Amino acid sequence: MSMIEIKNLHKYFGELEVLRGIDLTVDESEVVCLIGSSGSGKSTLLRCINFLEEKNEGEIYIDGQLVTVKDINEIRQKVGMVFQRFNLFPHMTVIQNVMEGPLTVKKIDKNKARELAMELLEKVNLLDKADEYPAMLSGGQQQRVAIARSLAMEPKVILFDEPTSALDPELVGEVLGVMNDLAKEGRTMIIVTHEMGFAKEVADRVIFIHEGQIAEEGTPEDIFDRPENERLQNFLGQILV
Amino acid sequence: MDAIVNLTNNSIDFFKTVVEFAPKFIPGVILTLQLAFFSIILGMIIGLVVAVLKLTKYKWLKKVMDVYITIVRGTPLLLQLYFIFYGLPSLGIMIDSFPSAIIALALHNGAYISEIFRGSIESIDYGQREAARSLGMTKWQAMKRVVLPQAFKRSVPALGNQFIIAVKDSSLASVITITETMLLARQFGAATFNVFPIYFTAGVYYLIITMGLTKILSIVEQKLKVNER
Repeated sequence: MSMIEIKNLHKYFGELEVLRGIDLTVDESEVVCLIGSSGSGKSTLLRCINFLEEKNEGEIYIDGQLVTVKDINEIRQKVGMVFQRFNLFPHMTVIQNVMEGPLTVKKIDKNKARELAMELLEKVNLLDKADEYPAMLSGGQQQRVAIARSLAMEPKVILFDEPTSALDPELVGEVLGVMNDLAKEGRTMIIVTHEMGFAKEVADRVIFIHEGQIAEEGTPEDIFDRPENERLQNFLGQILV
Repeated sequence: MDAIVNLTNNSIDFFKTVVEFAPKFIPGVILTLQLAFFSIILGMIIGLVVAVLKLTKYKWLKKVMDVYITIVRGTPLLLQLYFIFYGLPSLGIMIDSFPSAIIALALHNGAYISEIFRGSIESIDYGQREAARSLGMTKWQAMKRVVLPQAFKRSVPALGNQFIIAVKDSSLASVITITETMLLARQFGAATFNVFPIYFTAGVYYLIITMGLTKILSIVEQKLKVNER
């Protein structure tokens, strides 16, 4: 069953057409990695899915439901988002960050929220940091909290916008490790990434975006070992040196 | 020799007057504190409401708020006090002197405080709002739970400044017959012709209030800083 269906998506920033007709279907439990050079529109595509950017044309269906601006708050509960720069709430402790969504949006009981948050922090291996403030944590730890925070809403899909790009190299592994676990649990994930090794290992499908269009898509083997598109070959050539 | 005796006698007189009049200032000082307190509290509420309304998508609301800020910031507080106390009765609106002063001072502080709040709200990283919204929060929930707590913290130093100005501006309420510290000083001065020690005493009272306020604010600031690196 398709979890996300995007039809003929167009997005303009002023005169500039950033997305030029994207058609994309993501199945339940599928892990899709979006790759492409900077400015290709891959982050914009991700942000259009939960309406952080408003699309100009096209239709997006999530879990079979057509997404409109009107019911966006409801849709966003089903779509988790993890940002490049974590965007944790600095005035809340780690556990408060994780509890915030369930408490404020779902209005669930405080004890239940705490229980859920503890469970999720254990999952991302940060139970011992529950009462610290984000500023006391390393980038990798912050990003793992951010993942726990998005999981707390029990989303059907999680969008990752370059989740490891702001991290020191030695911290990338711990975040990718958590993401790998999520993929194994059968979660539906769309990941914008520059980590080709990770994409190769975890993705069910890799999509190469070039100038606002899907230039090539396929299994990691297709994309990395037998790239057909000339742009993709160039791109991989530059990255994998 | 004479000069020294003279100086000594003068200073003895000076301190005698200060000691004599210091307790007589207390009712005025209490009024000053009341004026400052209410105008700060109401000014904060007005400031918060105006700042948030200015950030809504309704253009006309923003326009209305801009008109308010422009008028208040663009005219003297003295004029605003006269307008409310002496001007409005000609339109049939009679307000007692104390509420008039509170209204004028609160509206005045509110305009400045709203700009302080707006500045600190806009200084909060846009990613914070995006993170809140992507959890499914409404605009208002994101504002209340995520943006405002951080913005408030950032606005404390500038607010402190405004509070001190509010304490000193409350002295203008004397022009609409409120016998706060400054009006008392003027009355005592006129009655005794001993102007210098009396204004000196008034000045000390103002300094005690503003220094106390500064101290309280720096404690608040320290408390709020706890969770920052």
